[in-house]
Amino acid sequence: MKLNLRIWRQKGPNDRGSFKNYTVEANEHMSFLEMLDFLNEDLIVKGEEPVEFDSDCREGICGSCGMVIDGVAHGPWQGAATCQVHMRHYREGETITIEPFRAKGFPVIKDLVVDRSAFDRIMIAGGYISVNTGAPPDGNTIPIPQDKAERAMDFAACIGCGACVAACPNSSASLFTGAKIAQFALLPQGETERKRRARRMIDQMEKEGFGDCSNYAECEAVCPKEISIEAIARMRREYLKAVF
Amino acid sequence: MKLDSKIPAGPVNEKWDLHKNCIKLVSPANKRKYTIIIVGTGLAGASAAASLGELGYNVKAYFIHDTSRRAHSIAAQGGINAAKNYPNDGDTIWRLFVDTVKGGDFRAREANVYRLAQVSGAIIDQCVAQGVPFAREYGGLLANRSFGGAQVSRTFYARGQTGQQLLLGAYSAMMRQVDAGRVKLFPRREMLDLVVVNGKARGIITRNLINGDIEGHEAHAVLLCTGGYGNVYYLSTNAKNSNATAVWRCYKRGAAFSNPCFTQIHPTCIPQSGDYQSKLTLMSESLRNDGRVWAPKNKGDKRPPNEIPEDERDYYLERKYPSYGNLAPRDISSRSAKEVCDEGRGVGDTGFAVYLDFRDAIDRLGKEVIRQRYGNLFDMYQRITDENPYEVPMRIYPAVHYTMGGLWVDYNLMSTIPGLYVLGEANFSDHGANRLGASALMQGLADGYFVIPYTLGDYLASTELPKVATEDDAFNEATDNISQMTEKLLGINGDKTVLQFHRELGKIMWDNVGMARTKRSLELAIKQIKILREEFWQNLKLIGSDQELNKDLEYAGRLADYFELGELMAQDALLRKESCGGHFRKEYQTGDGEALRNDKEFAYVAAWEYKGEGKKPKLHKESLKFEAVKLAQRSYK
Repeated sequence: MKLNLRIWRQKGPNDRGSFKNYTVEANEHMSFLEMLDFLNEDLIVKGEEPVEFDSDCREGICGSCGMVIDGVAHGPWQGAATCQVHMRHYREGETITIEPFRAKGFPVIKDLVVDRSAFDRIMIAGGYISVNTGAPPDGNTIPIPQDKAERAMDFAACIGCGACVAACPNSSASLFTGAKIAQFALLPQGETERKRRARRMIDQMEKEGFGDCSNYAECEAVCPKEISIEAIARMRREYLKAVF
Repeated sequence: MKLDSKIPAGPVNEKWDLHKNCIKLVSPANKRKYTIIIVGTGLAGASAAASLGELGYNVKAYFIHDTSRRAHSIAAQGGINAAKNYPNDGDTIWRLFVDTVKGGDFRAREANVYRLAQVSGAIIDQCVAQGVPFAREYGGLLANRSFGGAQVSRTFYARGQTGQQLLLGAYSAMMRQVDAGRVKLFPRREMLDLVVVNGKARGIITRNLINGDIEGHEAHAVLLCTGGYGNVYYLSTNAKNSNATAVWRCYKRGAAFSNPCFTQIHPTCIPQSGDYQSKLTLMSESLRNDGRVWAPKNKGDKRPPNEIPEDERDYYLERKYPSYGNLAPRDISSRSAKEVCDEGRGVGDTGFAVYLDFRDAIDRLGKEVIRQRYGNLFDMYQRITDENPYEVPMRIYPAVHYTMGGLWVDYNLMSTIPGLYVLGEANFSDHGANRLGASALMQGLADGYFVIPYTLGDYLASTELPKVATEDDAFNEATDNISQMTEKLLGINGDKTVLQFHRELGKIMWDNVGMARTKRSLELAIKQIKILREEFWQNLKLIGSDQELNKDLEYAGRLADYFELGELMAQDALLRKESCGGHFRKEYQTGDGEALRNDKEFAYVAAWEYKGEGKKPKLHKESLKFEAVKLAQRSYK
């Protein structure tokens, strides 16, 4: 099938960038990224610069890929990363607009590649449990009720892709930060440092230029792991408990 | 080159403890005087960075991704083995050790494997303490499931995302050390060379993938944790950026490469659907706990699966291997699927697929239980194939998944270059000719959390390491080499893209150095690779410059290494005139088509030494002694 693509091209962080139009002869079994590979092959053969984008595992778990497709982070398919979108969802002759994740905290590096290192710095501020490698107690000395472990796992499933930020009108990183805080708040292992963790991670999130949460819930709608905004409610509770 | 495996004396179950008792230590005050470079921060690298940072070393960690949470360990689904015996089903450290040696078809080092089994329990404890949300029973205790190649339930898991959760655990431990100032991160850096000064590994050269800067970095020791080389085959379950460049450039600096022909073809992947395909997707082996593998009894049976009656189905794994059934090890399951398809009984459009059927499990346990166990995998399958596996059996076919071969290391995980250590999938040591399911995560974390913190100190405390600087000749020489290679690649100005070349190389490798190999196919592969490689250096087309983000340029450098590595894989396979584990030579099989080992001549580790451009590499042999486990033909019948 023939598709028209409107793709954001930007040479570097200081370039203004603009949309460029392309056409591509795709096939319905291709994944979205395979369609872009196909376009890039064509561009290289013609002597034009290929469209740069991040991708790695191509099965929705590494969190590398991410673009805004027709205004939606990760595109039209709920609960899927960009790499999991397949071309069978598109029709002959359709026009698809492709942009990078846009946020103050995610400066564009080139084309669709953005710098998400702010997420790492939020994790460095407290996204861990302080335990040295050595001789921890036997795993079964810390029983955790199954429902709690499952709930913690729901939040732990975050792949750090940044779609939540890209979808939020405030460019808030609350779902990302909240998911980690909520995971540890549900587990006995996270108890000792819960106040410090909430305070430090949230302070860092603000320092990185991410906005506050206004409950739009756009983040939940685009999250490829369908993480609930309950994470944000839990994060706020943790923060209140930590500061007062 | 002399191979000294440095296996400690004593009975196999006491070696590690005896070794720990007598290796040298670095005093706490002195640790901060040592700088350690870690390349690659997946399970092995991140766990090593965290542990060494905690001990007080200065750690510098380099990785190609924007953040180390992207490392391909993240994609491991099924689980991690540990001999905890929580289910009381008779598991012991000894049994995990024996299963792993046997599963590896007697081509791994006993002492290393025993140590792996020995520390397996501590890994689980460590991860629980870090807050890894493992699956739990209703009583709140840790849950286990069974996996291929074992008759006990010793696999711990976090839904179908065990690798993700373990990696995030190691990543968080490493981030804590970043916060403490003991680990410094260097994201989006690709290691392009190793710097050897006075015969010792003293640094690396990296390319900054954002602006193209070639940078030198010095250290007292270098740890390579860069994963496997499955992407030589183009189509594999590996992530797109997983590559062999770091290990290959170390090989060219003098690190021996071991058993390159030992590659694992995973039995349960989603079949290829077309030429445009960029990678294959694995479906966790845990599916074989409840799914039954079958193919039609009759050739060319094109009926939809649900219309094929019971007596016209061949549950070939259950038929051939009644005691393990669908849980037969990976190499055996993969080969059986290939045989069925080669007989013309394959299914789907291409005829290169067999069924993995959950009908009986759904009847027995109900749809809800199956959804709880495998829901995310079923969703993933449906998303890719547009078919509902609750109603229609899955179609699966084997795909390249893991490489058991890698850089040669001694018992301390040090390569043949002093000061260069190799951890995780990048080394060769623990899995022999075939890796059992749920053992990769175990090995990566064992190496990083529980082995390297001990063995590295021994080297540092007993070795003189005078100061080096990145202005030294060795750094300049390495930097110049890289610039020349980059210039050469960008200057070819041919007509064919990197991807086109890679696809062609992949096809040569899959057809001739894949699941079944012959003298003829291997010789053909060596010939074809040489021709293609020559064409690559004359007809490659690259766009852009080396002063910017240029993924195609990165890719070209990696492919240049794959040509050379692919050839070595074929040579190694040609020389190993036996069948063992993932290495199946058609000429060497038993009457009923099983792998026929030749222990008299081939019970050794092949270690290849680089002899220079255009010269034949030299083969060294480390003979393998089996003192604890008796050499025997594997039988899963």
